[in-house]
Amino acid sequence: MKNPMSLIREIDYGTPASTSETLVTLNVDGFEVTVPEGTSIMRASMEAGIEIPKLCATDMVEAFGSCRLCLVEIDGRNGTPSSCTTPVTPGMVVHTQTEKLKKIRRGVMELYISDHPLDCLTCAANGDCELQTQAGVVGLRSVRYNVDANHFTPKVRGESNFRYMEKDESNPYFTYDPSKCIACSRCVRACEEVQGTFALTIEGRGFESRVSAGAHESFIDSDCVSCGACVQACPTATLMEKSVVEIGIPEHSVVTTCAYCGVGCSFKAEMRGDELIRMVPFKDGKANRGHSCVKGRFAYGYASHPDRITKPMVRDSIDQPWREVSWDDAYAFVAERFASIQKTHGIDSIGGITSSRCTNEETYLVQKLVRQGFGNNNVDTCARVCHSPTGYGLGQAYGTSAGTQDFDSVEHTDVIVLIGANPTEAHPVFSSRMKKRLRAGAKLIILDPRQIALVRTPHIEAQFHLPLQPGTNVAVITAMAHVIVTEALYDEQFIRERCDWDEFQEYMEFVTDLRHSPEVVEGLSGVPSETIRGAARLYATGGNGAIYYGLGVTEHSQGSTTVMAIANLAMLTGNIGRPGVGVNPLRGQNNVQGACDMGSFPHELPGYRHISGEDVRNIFEEEWGVTLVKEPGLRIPNMLDAAVEGTFKGIYIEGEDILQSDPDTHHVAAGLAAMECVVVHDLFLNETANYAHVFLPGSTFLEKDGTFTNAERRINRVRKVMAPKNGFADWEVTMGIANAMGLNWTYTHPSEIMDEVARTTPSFAGVSYDHLDEVGSVQWPCNEKAPMGTPIMHLDGFVRGKGRFINTEYVATDERSGPRFPLLLTTGRILSQYNVGAQTRRTANVIWHEEDVLEIHPHDAEQRGINHGDLVSLASRAGETSLRADVTERVAPGVVYTTFHHPDTQVNVITTDFSDWATNCPEYKVTAVQVALATGRSNWQEEYNQQAEQSRRIEHDGELIHGD
Amino acid sequence: MATEAKMLREANQIATFFHSKPHDEGVAGIAEHLNKFWAPRQRRQFFDMIDAGGEGFDELVIEASATIRRPEPVAS
Repeated sequence: MKNPMSLIREIDYGTPASTSETLVTLNVDGFEVTVPEGTSIMRASMEAGIEIPKLCATDMVEAFGSCRLCLVEIDGRNGTPSSCTTPVTPGMVVHTQTEKLKKIRRGVMELYISDHPLDCLTCAANGDCELQTQAGVVGLRSVRYNVDANHFTPKVRGESNFRYMEKDESNPYFTYDPSKCIACSRCVRACEEVQGTFALTIEGRGFESRVSAGAHESFIDSDCVSCGACVQACPTATLMEKSVVEIGIPEHSVVTTCAYCGVGCSFKAEMRGDELIRMVPFKDGKANRGHSCVKGRFAYGYASHPDRITKPMVRDSIDQPWREVSWDDAYAFVAERFASIQKTHGIDSIGGITSSRCTNEETYLVQKLVRQGFGNNNVDTCARVCHSPTGYGLGQAYGTSAGTQDFDSVEHTDVIVLIGANPTEAHPVFSSRMKKRLRAGAKLIILDPRQIALVRTPHIEAQFHLPLQPGTNVAVITAMAHVIVTEALYDEQFIRERCDWDEFQEYMEFVTDLRHSPEVVEGLSGVPSETIRGAARLYATGGNGAIYYGLGVTEHSQGSTTVMAIANLAMLTGNIGRPGVGVNPLRGQNNVQGACDMGSFPHELPGYRHISGEDVRNIFEEEWGVTLVKEPGLRIPNMLDAAVEGTFKGIYIEGEDILQSDPDTHHVAAGLAAMECVVVHDLFLNETANYAHVFLPGSTFLEKDGTFTNAERRINRVRKVMAPKNGFADWEVTMGIANAMGLNWTYTHPSEIMDEVARTTPSFAGVSYDHLDEVGSVQWPCNEKAPMGTPIMHLDGFVRGKGRFINTEYVATDERSGPRFPLLLTTGRILSQYNVGAQTRRTANVIWHEEDVLEIHPHDAEQRGINHGDLVSLASRAGETSLRADVTERVAPGVVYTTFHHPDTQVNVITTDFSDWATNCPEYKVTAVQVALATGRSNWQEEYNQQAEQSRRIEHDGELIHGD
Repeated sequence: MATEAKMLREANQIATFFHSKPHDEGVAGIAEHLNKFWAPRQRRQFFDMIDAGGEGFDELVIEASATIRRPEPVAS
């Protein structure tokens, strides 16, 4: 896997693996081979090392049997069955190469080639074309047919050829060239079976069969989500990455991990020299099983975007232009400033923020820098603003913040409960796996204020959609528990064995009360009581029930309480501790899980061990040679409060853009503006950098080694495929600061950082780069007891001993709509963009989402005289911005929705400082707002743009240039 | 003052959750929560308000304050 000098060619077995445990032995060309029952002859042969010719078969989709190239002869059977559609039987004797077969195959191939251009030398797929390969395999030497009736020449005998179709180049990342299509239907099946979008079809019959996006639309106008599965499935140059067309085919590849969402897909970065040609999903990737989405597959262009800043820069105050300096000068600047601030304002006056976009090793170093170097615990991470309630809630109920399953688990689920998550947009590859299971018959319950795509999408319809009012999660989930308890649908045996029985008695009494009944909760949530009852009954009685949830659960005043309510539901129904069930937080960013694991919260050391524990502190004190502070440090909102009050003066921010991503922008800006030394370490001059005094250029995931830990606790390797454009990997930059402060760090490779984690943190004790290179990936805990990791948690009992039922009283948020702000704003994401958009806005993905828009129900729009596409103002008690209206019934009356991908609209000007009671996770999902027609952009937008422009000036060779 | 209003809101929000527990467990829960997650700076502001009479705090918060660690005075 690690050999960087060759192209990784994964074996295509032709048909998917069978999961049967019954084994069958057959004979292929004289060799015995034993395979699971249900395996095709094609796959069995491949496993025996014999490759049967094929065109329409590939192991990412089910067998189709259309190309007639894979025919075989079987002793005792008539004819020549296709090996892809014929399952093996015991004792079967198969011949894959006979005179008869050779003749048939050559004839089939001759027909294919008679309708295919012979421009192999100049074709983009030259060297990577299965049609070309198979023509060679069957020994085709000539084509005898007249080619007048063909699909590939624009003209036939001087007349235009009505069968010829122009190339479709509408998608920014791949082309569709119908003239090279052999109508094998692999793309159509990949779109259906793997992606689940059903955007492609075969139109026409027989010789007129053509692949078509939608109803003969261009790809960009069709339902296509640009996941790339069809491109991967295509055996010819019909569907081809534009990068390959432009540059050529790659010559070596390296397996690495996507740096976008928490699914953590494995990819082969296919290279030519140090130029990235394409990212191809890796079949052995255990999170994605060979699938991808538009971001991971295609949206890596930001890595080479001209906006990248590659030289360190400093300035004395933020009204000055940036000044480029050497790395050593930049480190010295930071060290001196931080030292002088601490001397004047005390040890606690500086801190650091790390990001879920960083590797585990980078995050570990940031918290180490703060604890060892700054001498305090003022370190936090952006998980504060997304999944901190998951850590708290699951920790309370089960004893660990860990999500309970692996992604494969969904293949065994009978009832999926999706709460406050929109996986088709935010976790696309996992949503494809989910949809596959749903098409196979699993049931679906959705709790979401919006009509998200999964409520009704091709071949999938949710049994129950509970369109609750934002802010009423606890009421609705507790009402589901009420139904399960009062109708005696709970799993008494599980509760007696695994949970605290006394606490359960108390909980029963609590939840049985009439105030938790669906009939009462209907009044609060707007969800019909019968729907709540039906959903609860289905989850409790429908077989394996699995709950998947997202930020619609956590980002509320009662985020932590909702997580506990979810934990209660799973315990009540015994849906914990085996495949197919569980509580599954869908983490937003690539390394949210890892950032939390690595001790980046101010109250705990790596491995979720509270800073007040002397034994734990001792481990790190010995390792780092310092005395650690036993009191918890400041969280991000506390740091900003303290800054405004004048006691917090300096901050090191790696990979985060808090000005855009954190709530109540005005407050964040005031906090940053009050500081004396803001150090931003990032790829681009992000919004936060407008307030920075030091800018340290970062490196992309393609330019460094490390690990990411995905939402299923899977530790995946990130591998360097090119040199960092800024000269250094990010762990080296943090080390530069540390050493300027006199800490004498001596790491020469990130593997040494992981070794330190393993040495100090029991749940990582078995993790090393060597181990990861050997086995691919592991899910923590990975130690002596579980050397290969832990796919499923709480197998024989909860981590904390007995599972705890916790009373979950619904409390209405203080953020309520009233006469001034009568609508509720909730926020979310869109498929093509990622988080604050710093990466995706710098790729061709903007074609799908040029700006953030405001979804508003036709009823609310009409009342305000708003038409689709109008510029509207969106105001809350915190601030005002303006954006375009999208009048749609996806949102209920009274609710409006937008995304936060563009700094220009910057929805966080609107969001408030209300937060989760336990963790201060902001209440992004509920803000009372008013919407009105706007005459132009808000004052804030004008001022902000002006300030940003001033702040981004760079002094370069005596001239001022603008770094965007 | 904004800081005080925020302090009241956050402390009372925590108390609201612990009201659903038996009384003693609730009081202990609040104290544990503040001890575990609130930095000394925040607890210092908290005690400034408690010592000034604690007006506006939920009764459980006031009760819990007896077992919340008082941070050391600022060394400046």
